[in-house]
Amino acid sequence: MTPQFAELWVYLAASPLLGLTATLLAYQAAFWLYRCSGGHPLANPVLIAVAILVFFLMSTATPYETYFAGAQFVHFLLGPATVALAIPLYAQIRRVRALLLPVLAGLVAGSLTAVLSAIAVGRLFGASLPTQLSLAPKSVTTPIAMGIAERIGGIPSLTAVLVIVTGILGAVGARYVFDALRVRDPAIRGFAIGIASHGIGTARAFQVDAQSGAFAALAMGLNGALTALLLPFVAEMLGRLG
Amino acid sequence: MLSALTQLLVFQLAGEVLARGLGLPVPGPVLGMLLLFAALALRGGPGEELQNTGQTLLQHLSLLFVPAGTGIVVHLHRVADEWLALLLSLLVSTAATLAVTALTMKLLHRRSGDAQ
Repeated sequence: MTPQFAELWVYLAASPLLGLTATLLAYQAAFWLYRCSGGHPLANPVLIAVAILVFFLMSTATPYETYFAGAQFVHFLLGPATVALAIPLYAQIRRVRALLLPVLAGLVAGSLTAVLSAIAVGRLFGASLPTQLSLAPKSVTTPIAMGIAERIGGIPSLTAVLVIVTGILGAVGARYVFDALRVRDPAIRGFAIGIASHGIGTARAFQVDAQSGAFAALAMGLNGALTALLLPFVAEMLGRLG
Repeated sequence: MLSALTQLLVFQLAGEVLARGLGLPVPGPVLGMLLLFAALALRGGPGEELQNTGQTLLQHLSLLFVPAGTGIVVHLHRVADEWLALLLSLLVSTAATLAVTALTMKLLHRRSGDAQ
């Protein structure tokens, strides 16, 4: 690095501008690739943007905290965006009422499957107890999952990452699971993707179909609430098992 | 735009206050979503402004997960140590959750459809 450039870099690295701009640029590039691929699920914009940013942070040796000082302005909008999910949900209120029984049964079955299968497979392949507890809330939206992990003895920041990966896996793979099972109703597809992969699945569902998106939002909200109530008891039982 | 954004933040704040005040395990924004839903049901729908602002915000919902996702750089060590268990757990559990939820709903939907 030339001295002038090093000086400029020191200035930029200390300001939130860099983290914020890098996040937006990486996302724009990722979204452009997603468009070019014709909306292919493997070209998930979150996945590509995260890969670009991880490469950028590692190659410039920038600490995550420095990056987050700028990126937090984007991260903050998750709160109001979660609240705004009530709007598409309201637009689907009739359809939700007509599907009340399948919705409630799907919620309970899906929520239990998400928590118990994550712990069971993690245990089977030798994950430590804190890792198992970080895996348990992985199908729930990030802010809820981090809160749950903290409460039950998991590692909140690891949970945040596992939640994102789960979201991407669901957004990428749901289509293949549904097609194999011949599930075609957009409401059911949306609801299942919202249970399994929260906001990222919901974002993907909105990109495919408005009704799917609304049901995904409903599922995400309900699953967040149910998992938050359920997991402390499961964690207590796990603690006894050791 | 401004008034709609203010409304969203007010509902989030109300949710946050309610969750902390009553010691509920549910996060504030989710309660805020439920409160806004109740308000929309009472009001008979969102106004044009709230509708548009909400749509704009949700159109790029994916963007909002990028900062947290980038946090994986902090956990590369643990991920390197336990990657197989983590990967298999996430893969199997996500597929199982999608399948169980969708099949449960399909089964019950068909039943209630037959009854009509």
